[in-house]
Amino acid sequence: MFTPLTTFENLFDELRRVEQGMDDWFGRWSTPAGIRSVARGTFPATNVGATDKEVHVYLFAPGLDAKKLQVSIQQNLLQVSGERTVPHNERATYFRQERYDGEFRRVITLPEDVDPDKVEASYRDGVLQISVPRREAARPRRIEIK
Amino acid sequence: MSDQVAPRAANQPAAARASENREGRDTQAFLRPPADIFEDADGITLHLDMPGVTRDRVKIDADRQTLSIEGAIQIPMAEGMEALYAEVHSTQYRRSFTLSGELDPERIEANLNDGVLTVRIPRRAELRPRKIEVRAG
Repeated sequence: MFTPLTTFENLFDELRRVEQGMDDWFGRWSTPAGIRSVARGTFPATNVGATDKEVHVYLFAPGLDAKKLQVSIQQNLLQVSGERTVPHNERATYFRQERYDGEFRRVITLPEDVDPDKVEASYRDGVLQISVPRREAARPRRIEIK
Repeated sequence: MSDQVAPRAANQPAAARASENREGRDTQAFLRPPADIFEDADGITLHLDMPGVTRDRVKIDADRQTLSIEGAIQIPMAEGMEALYAEVHSTQYRRSFTLSGELDPERIEANLNDGVLTVRIPRRAELRPRKIEVRAG
């Protein structure tokens, strides 16, 4: 067997396939939405992935001052807030203004086994990446067969 | 008049196809980066949100008619990761605009900062607006 190469794209694209499959199966509007879920296109766009050991949250938030970002966690609720100010050129004629401008706040529900004491966050190329370890006890254990 | 000067989005069906066509799974899905576009006396400036793209992963092509912008998201991933939730489903950004004749594609300047791409297209020097004096009497 070959080892499947996990890339960002095929990982999150696979999830879309599953979501669409669910939509097809249950009908588009019948599945209940998460109580803290937001409308499509909310800034910043967010992806969440997990390994056995950690949960990784990616927020696509370009052009921010990392110092003004606020990340907090309460049990398994991760909250990220900040402000993006898009400078406006007073003497120019605008044809398009599609980029998000203003304050934002997102609340992301993580799996319940995360350890809120050890959160790490970094901002790079406009992506805020937050890693939260999962508790030891919750990880799958290999059971030895004697 | 200003409509002709403004770049117009020429290539949008890619993003639409990605969300609407469920059968065409093998067609590449593109993200359409949101853009701010404005014009001043010197030319046109574009700001595009392309988070996750590094400088060596952005490609800008311009000829007399078209400006095309592409970029690829580059994010290192932990091994064995499983997706729990996703709003970004592709790693490829793509968007293009039609240009008009008074812009100078030879002198386009671009830079990328924290996932925001800035592209500046100057107006041809001989075509900068002149101030016309209105004389009294």
